[in-house]
Amino acid sequence: MKIIQYLINGISIGSVYAIIALGYTMVYGIAKMLNFAHGDIIMVGAYISFCVTNYLGLPVVVSILAAMAVCTALGMLIEALAYKPLRGTPSLAVLITAIGVSYFLQNAAQLIWSSSPKNYTSVVTFQPLRLAGGQLVITGEVIVTIIASIVIMVGLTWFTGKTRTGKAMRAVSEDREAAELMGISVNKTISTTFAIGSALAAIAGVLLCSTVPTLQPTTGSMPGIRAFTAAVLGGIGSIPGAMLGGILLGVIETFSKAYLSPQFSDAIVFGVLIVILLVKPAGLLGKQVQEKV
Amino acid sequence: MNEYSKKILKVPTVTFVREQDQGKQPVLDVRNLGIDFGGLTAVDGFNITIGPTEISGLIGPNGAGKTTIFNLLTGVYQPTRGSVLVNGIDIKGMPVHKVNKLGIARTFQNIRLFTDMSVLDNVKVGMHNDIKCSFFESVLHLPGYYKAEKRANQKAMELLDFMGLAEFADTKAGSLPYGVQRRLEIVRALATNPSVILLDEPAAGMNPSETTELMHQIRRIRDTFHVAIFLIEHDMNLVMNVCEAIAVVNYGRIIAKGTPDEIRTNPAVIEAYLGKEEGDANAEG
Amino acid sequence: MKKLNRNQVKNASTYILVTAAFLILQVLSTQGKLNSTTKGFLVPACAYIVLAVSLNLLVGICGELSLGHAGFMGIGAFTGIVVTSLLAEAVPNGVLRLVMGMIAGGVLAGVVGFLIGIPVLRLRGDYLAIVTLAFGEIMKNVFGNLYLGVDETGLHATLKTEGLTLAEGGKMIISGPRGATGITKLSTFAIGFVLILFTLFVVQNLINSREGRAIKAVRDNRIAAESVGINVTAFRMKAFVVSAFLAGMAGALYAMNYGSITASKFNFNTSINILVFVVLGGMGNILGSIISATVLYILPEAMRGLQDYRMILYAVVLILVMLFTWSPKMKDIISVVTDKVRGVFRKNEKEAAFHE
Repeated sequence: MKIIQYLINGISIGSVYAIIALGYTMVYGIAKMLNFAHGDIIMVGAYISFCVTNYLGLPVVVSILAAMAVCTALGMLIEALAYKPLRGTPSLAVLITAIGVSYFLQNAAQLIWSSSPKNYTSVVTFQPLRLAGGQLVITGEVIVTIIASIVIMVGLTWFTGKTRTGKAMRAVSEDREAAELMGISVNKTISTTFAIGSALAAIAGVLLCSTVPTLQPTTGSMPGIRAFTAAVLGGIGSIPGAMLGGILLGVIETFSKAYLSPQFSDAIVFGVLIVILLVKPAGLLGKQVQEKV
Repeated sequence: MNEYSKKILKVPTVTFVREQDQGKQPVLDVRNLGIDFGGLTAVDGFNITIGPTEISGLIGPNGAGKTTIFNLLTGVYQPTRGSVLVNGIDIKGMPVHKVNKLGIARTFQNIRLFTDMSVLDNVKVGMHNDIKCSFFESVLHLPGYYKAEKRANQKAMELLDFMGLAEFADTKAGSLPYGVQRRLEIVRALATNPSVILLDEPAAGMNPSETTELMHQIRRIRDTFHVAIFLIEHDMNLVMNVCEAIAVVNYGRIIAKGTPDEIRTNPAVIEAYLGKEEGDANAEG
Repeated sequence: MKKLNRNQVKNASTYILVTAAFLILQVLSTQGKLNSTTKGFLVPACAYIVLAVSLNLLVGICGELSLGHAGFMGIGAFTGIVVTSLLAEAVPNGVLRLVMGMIAGGVLAGVVGFLIGIPVLRLRGDYLAIVTLAFGEIMKNVFGNLYLGVDETGLHATLKTEGLTLAEGGKMIISGPRGATGITKLSTFAIGFVLILFTLFVVQNLINSREGRAIKAVRDNRIAAESVGINVTAFRMKAFVVSAFLAGMAGALYAMNYGSITASKFNFNTSINILVFVVLGGMGNILGSIISATVLYILPEAMRGLQDYRMILYAVVLILVMLFTWSPKMKDIISVVTDKVRGVFRKNEKEAAFHE
């Protein structure tokens, strides 16, 4: 029964990673950049929802919507100000700029909200589900997180597969020049991608802080790196890959904490990543591109 | 080299060997070579034997598999069938850099120079395995380093001078005009001390006078360095004038082999290039 | 060989600038013109310069993105601490002991670099970057849980949470999450300076040799490099190992400057900071790395008066510098301005073109 408990908890935390990883993977697929500031958007989202509930006393749903709205705007703003001028330059230049943005967000948050941790109240209020005579406890957060990630996954698959904007995104990610020649506005598409990714980050922030209630300016960094790892694990650029990678990472993390060694869970997670990349250099669901001679 | 089977040929299937090279071991001996990509057969049943000082050509319509054949000969692709022997040694399973050490050098259709390095350094990179200087001699700049560098500079300048590129020695390779870049690739290939050089469309992008110059240079390279040259080219004037033997491929198979005169009049070649109806046109079209 | 001369001039000027800076600071220091805070920056600055130059070898010259340089720094740091504390009695001379510690740290970092390089260097680009990131995190995790101590029965080490029980009179060197404590501060500015010179010597010599050309060739065009007989993996490995070796030495120098140090110092943020030094200093530009490491290390420290605002300012400066130096639009604007300036100083035009 314990093992099922760990599995469920692992899937839950993995779902959060997966939602963050979706943001990484979509941006990478379309703008070919590692957006290291993505993790900090999560933190901003969590702070916004915290403020709306605690200071303004508005309902939880409003706080989540507010967080999504602010993060979407923030994501698009960052893209327009910091990344867009660097389009077409070496990816390393954009990477360093993204790191600058990450520093900026963390330190701005520290100025606004101070570095002392805030106690985030979970957005989920209903009672945990007790199964098998109380041996299996599934918290409300776990249920909401898993459902949310499934909804997002299905929604995104529908969006990229069926809508005009979604198809444009896939086209740009496949071949930017060709997409441009077909009349797709690359700038608009990239901007939309950042908007979606950032909105997802806000949701991830709310879910993350509902599960782990400490909120501080560095809250987003480690989940950000984990999620980035998850995106690479699944095959960066692939939406199902991000989902698979995230959940796998969460499960591995939970299991290694429970059964192998609590203090070495980091080493184990990253070790698994290295091993998987050695076997499948483009990640689990990634496409291996052969250079033409 | 001991780990690779040294299969010396007993009976070379002499096709592309000049009279004076008869009886000598061919530099390149390709037997029944073929490669499939997925279910698609890109090259099949490719046979050729090239003597030590032959200038030979590989022609065929676009997409016939010419560059694929070069990639097979240099170890970039591993063949599905058949074998490639460079100086009598089977290259099966060897990485590209080891195949080069056996004596095969090449240029690329889409020029691949070390664009951020000087012309001289490009040639010195080509001389990589010729420069005898250990890691520690390099890092500590011991006397061996200065000796090796001096020799390398001298030889590199000689090679550049040979191709008329000495004046560009200090220029960044990426900023050279197109035709010069093509010639620099040839120098770099020569710098590896090859016994056979594969040229992939050496005249592409050159103007007529540069092409004429190139034709002389190709012959001079053979005569000076005693190397075999095997080239892919669409400029029929160059091919017919320079090559002593020509193989024509279409759909990954050899459809004709012979001297320029034989190829010029071969009906299969004319058909491959011009289609069936215009049987009376010549192959240069 | 005009080219060779120009290289030699560039190399020599780097040595001269570094030496001049060292002498000036040393004189100021002996005259008591430097306050203790500034003096405290000197050794870490040296360590960061070495780290930046060594990472530049990997990122700028070899063209491989690494996000785990702090991992090698950490290996060097902890090895250096252990070796110097074990040799405390055998080698009373502090300088010699530190040098031995740095060499041991460098060698171990190099060996680890070699071992992980065997599988990892098959990967390229962003995938190599993520694997080096993973490596750095693993190293941090391992060092954060390592207990190492010495007593009369010898050296003891464990990764178990309960730690070590040493015989009486034993001494803990590394105590898990609390890190290494009671380090004898052996590092001095002079040794830091010598390490910089050594690093410059190794890296600049390497760049201008057969090895360095091969490494650059692999960066510029891997397929062409293979085609002229260069064993691409071997040369990526050489760059990787040399870079790790130097980072290990710098790590030892850095650690021996403090009384205590924890594994969390060698985290992702440190790796990123070193990468920022390299990119802002210019890819493949050694002198640039030195200057940018110095300025960017000192800058946030010097802005301590601004307290909470200093890191946010640092972030803004970082973003603006990237935008100004890389953005195509900005480049256009800058070139228009420089053209005008050139118009004014027509006489200098030839000279300006020469420098371009």
